[in-house]
Amino acid sequence: MKHMSPYFKAGVLLTAVLLVLIIIGQFWTPYDPEAMSSAEKLQAPSAAHWMGTDNFGRDIFSRVIRGAGTTLGIALATVILSCTAGTVIGALTGYFGGRVDAILMRFNDALTAFPSILLGLVFVSVLGGGTWNVILALSIVFTPSFARVTRSAYASVRDANYIKSARLMGAGKVRILTIHILPNIMQVLLPALTIGFNNAVLAEASMSYLGIGSMGSLGYILSDAQSMLYSAPWYALCAGGTIVLMIFGVGLMGEGLQRGEGGRYA
Amino acid sequence: MKKRILAFLLSVALLGITLCGCGGTTGPGTSGSAGAKDGSVVVAIAQDLDDSLDPHRMVAAGTKEVLFNVFEGLVKPTPDGELIPAVAASHTISEDGTVYTFTLREGVKFHNGETVTADDVVYSIERCAGIRGGELLVEAFSIIKSVEKKDEKTVAITLTAADGDFLSYLTAAIIPEGYEQQETAPIGTGPFRFASRTPQESVVLEKFEEYWGTPAYLNKVTVRIIENGDALVLALQSGSVDICANLTTTQIAQIQGKGYNVVESTMNLVQALYLNNAEKPFDDERVRQALCYAVDKQTVLDLMADGHGTAIGSSMYPTFGKYFMEELTDHYTQNVEKARELLTQAGYPHGFTFTIKVPSNHQPHIDTAEVLKEQFKAIGVTAEIQLITWESWLSDVYVGRQFQGTVVGVDAGNMTARALLERFTSTYSKNFINYNNPAYDQLFAQVLEERDDARRTDLYKQMQRQLTETAANVYIQDLANLVAIRENLTGYEFYPMYVMDMSTVRYVD
Amino acid sequence: MRYAVRKVLTLLMTMLIVSFLAFLAFELVSGDAAVALLGTNATQERLEALREELGLNRPFMTRYFSWLAGFFTGDLGVSFSYKIPVSGLVGQKIPATLTLSLMSFVLIVAASIPLGMWSVRWEGRKGRVWRTIDAVRTTFNQLFMSIPPFFSGILISWVFGILLRWFQPGGAFPTPAEPGRFLWHLLFPAVAIALPRVAMTVRMLRSTIIFQMNSDYVRTAISRGNDRSNVLWRHVLRNALPPVVAFLAQTMAEVVAGSIVVEQVFGVPGLGRLLLGGISGRDWPVVQSIIVILAFWVVLAGTLGDLVSQRIDPRLRLGGDGE
Repeated sequence: MKHMSPYFKAGVLLTAVLLVLIIIGQFWTPYDPEAMSSAEKLQAPSAAHWMGTDNFGRDIFSRVIRGAGTTLGIALATVILSCTAGTVIGALTGYFGGRVDAILMRFNDALTAFPSILLGLVFVSVLGGGTWNVILALSIVFTPSFARVTRSAYASVRDANYIKSARLMGAGKVRILTIHILPNIMQVLLPALTIGFNNAVLAEASMSYLGIGSMGSLGYILSDAQSMLYSAPWYALCAGGTIVLMIFGVGLMGEGLQRGEGGRYA
Repeated sequence: MKKRILAFLLSVALLGITLCGCGGTTGPGTSGSAGAKDGSVVVAIAQDLDDSLDPHRMVAAGTKEVLFNVFEGLVKPTPDGELIPAVAASHTISEDGTVYTFTLREGVKFHNGETVTADDVVYSIERCAGIRGGELLVEAFSIIKSVEKKDEKTVAITLTAADGDFLSYLTAAIIPEGYEQQETAPIGTGPFRFASRTPQESVVLEKFEEYWGTPAYLNKVTVRIIENGDALVLALQSGSVDICANLTTTQIAQIQGKGYNVVESTMNLVQALYLNNAEKPFDDERVRQALCYAVDKQTVLDLMADGHGTAIGSSMYPTFGKYFMEELTDHYTQNVEKARELLTQAGYPHGFTFTIKVPSNHQPHIDTAEVLKEQFKAIGVTAEIQLITWESWLSDVYVGRQFQGTVVGVDAGNMTARALLERFTSTYSKNFINYNNPAYDQLFAQVLEERDDARRTDLYKQMQRQLTETAANVYIQDLANLVAIRENLTGYEFYPMYVMDMSTVRYVD
Repeated sequence: MRYAVRKVLTLLMTMLIVSFLAFLAFELVSGDAAVALLGTNATQERLEALREELGLNRPFMTRYFSWLAGFFTGDLGVSFSYKIPVSGLVGQKIPATLTLSLMSFVLIVAASIPLGMWSVRWEGRKGRVWRTIDAVRTTFNQLFMSIPPFFSGILISWVFGILLRWFQPGGAFPTPAEPGRFLWHLLFPAVAIALPRVAMTVRMLRSTIIFQMNSDYVRTAISRGNDRSNVLWRHVLRNALPPVVAFLAQTMAEVVAGSIVVEQVFGVPGLGRLLLGGISGRDWPVVQSIIVILAFWVVLAGTLGDLVSQRIDPRLRLGGDGE
């Protein structure tokens, strides 16, 4: 990454600003995000309340940055878990191939053909609600897409000359899979990670929108705000806008990464 | 280039959203009252009628609410909470209270044009009582010994034991014998007949021309299902809905000046933080009382609905006039000191953490849970709110009793105090909070034997007091029911039950 | 031909697994139809009686195979909630979802191919102005990709419904019997679904085309004096097509998934809403059928995509059953 694309820089900047706000928000917010006040319900944005107040008189800005933390946490945990699981599955099936590969890939196809909302609902329903279970459910939902990406990457280098020679030199399977191949598929994995992150934010928001997400996340706040779109449009716009900005920041980074790689994405 | 122009236009559009949104400018409703000419109205309800339409098998409150217009029993309720004759013209009760004899009204017709006979009545009652081989559909009918047709116009019901509340259950619908399609195309004797149902979209009722009593004013009632609260507001604003009940104050504020009158009542349910009395830490009465002392009900009402709604202190709501005890409402007033003291006595000097499960489809209950969570903080108790689907609530909380606390509203189902209070007797199958109080069971046993109405009322009041004093649950309120009705409509009546009577609604000239 | 046959067999296999997984999923979800149907009237006795009546007491595999047998004979069962045949219920809701999906797909293709071609028109030109245009374009593209479909749905229903009154949000949804109003009302949710997808497709198309343009045959063609735009449309587009077709096939699938949530925002009486209602009512005959239909759509789109790409570019056939 000698020459960083301006998109990457802009993305990093935006994400960093959000990240700083979110991290500060976990320790300090202008107001207690849960403190209610019947005298200050549904106030429009002002100097005192930058994003106005909600139907309980809570400060929306405080709620949004705290909620963004929850959403970010869920999305990051989901991406890490599902990427790890997906990479392991993809590596094993892609490298070794064979019958196990064929069966697992059929299951992968079937899972991909499933409406992800339904999958999420089933898992949340089985595991019970709560933030950790939402993470677990989403991770299961996203694992197949990572497995698919890594599988084809592994399959494509399986017979590459440098791998063959590594084999000839007596390198162990684990060593080949991790040290020889893994770094080489980062190029595919990195964009998949940014897309995965965005999809995780979206999926969490959709699940919250349908009432099965995590309390206090941005998606939850947005679905709450939606019923007040008319009397307090700033509420939905601020919550929805923050979701958009989070995805936008990471998306710009992804764009920059791909351009930065040169070659294919000139 | 085009791309850039498009992007520019879209950004202008998005900017426009922000600006216009803050101004909140919209014209008046457009479609107006087209219904005035042909006597039709559109009623919006929030839940789909995804239920059996068989009056004896339907379960969902929303289904019962709508089909109240289609069915009648031997007797039917009035807005004042009285029972008046319906399919039966009159009845007598034997001295010992075990034989009820009904004389049927002349010329009552079913919606298929056939006249109601004594056989239909016997069939309907026996069906509910599970006498004809089916299961018991109305639990209170388990005491029916026999249902007999005395002659073409007379039916006698014999009970194994007297029951002062029995008549209230005879609001059970009378349906034609041998008709097989009640589940999808129901037939009753009410002022409206069922015309059609389109799942997730609408149910249409039409005026029944041969109704025995005062005919309905409206010719057609279209019940539109609008599950999304926001879409509901938009529909009201655009004027495509004439009547809508169970609105929140926020929603009402959004349709101000759009041609609706707002009438207010309560929803007739007992909203509380229900506590699992068998589960730690709520198996300790002092802990439950501490939670009661932590709550300021007026603040809950103010935050949730600008003070609308009625605070309550036990399992009874105000429309039950003679049973409701206003004095219990303030049995516990917010007292943080006292609450902390009780917690210390119970062995929780530093408070504790517990989970409140709330069904995600009921916003008022979620709102209440959020306010309570905030109020509990003052006494060192941390409440974690967990949203679950209604079905998970039913199976895990209600049937499975796997919970610590839950915020829901419990309603009565019919107009007896028993419907609300029997629930907490220790052996009752629907005692989902595992309340176990021998004194309470004792009182209920006495009620069943008592026939004098004044003494029964007194016993029911003593039961309520028990619930309050032992802090069975953290009682909150009976939620406000705000109904928006188009300005040129009148005659909407509130009942002490969850029903929507369209027969009295009419257009003003 | 053998390639096609193998694809179809794979498709059937996948469908079988999907239907089994759907069945299994419902086995795992807490609360069965009996609980949902009886609601607060539930007692152990009534639950048992109802389970017996609905046939929920039979062993898992028995139920699955009897459902499978029914499915192949065209009998989808009876809805637990509505007590009417599932085929009628689902049939009633298909037109809205199908129209919505096709409409957003058409919008995506119609908008993104010209936009994608325009976006590369000035690719490679030097100068501050062009770089700025490119930056603005890319930024907006990214921004649109970042809008969740239900959020764009909320915004669209508000702007065009409430502020401009072009349609009546929350109003009675027109039936296909009034084609004009039906299509008009579906246009708004279709745009909500299409908006982010258009941005993604443009981006995909653009990078594919640029890759082609940098290849030797294009450079040669242009250096020989062929008209640039002619080369672009006649040669580049054709070679860029296989990955684009694959991407569009995926879009076809995602459009349906998107419609599940967007139907909810706009109150479109389609399969998505029926599915969500069915899930919460634990009405598995309905849910099972809808999942199979949706999954069939998704898998079919993938298979068609593969078949079309290999027709355009026969080299792909060597890749066996591909991905």
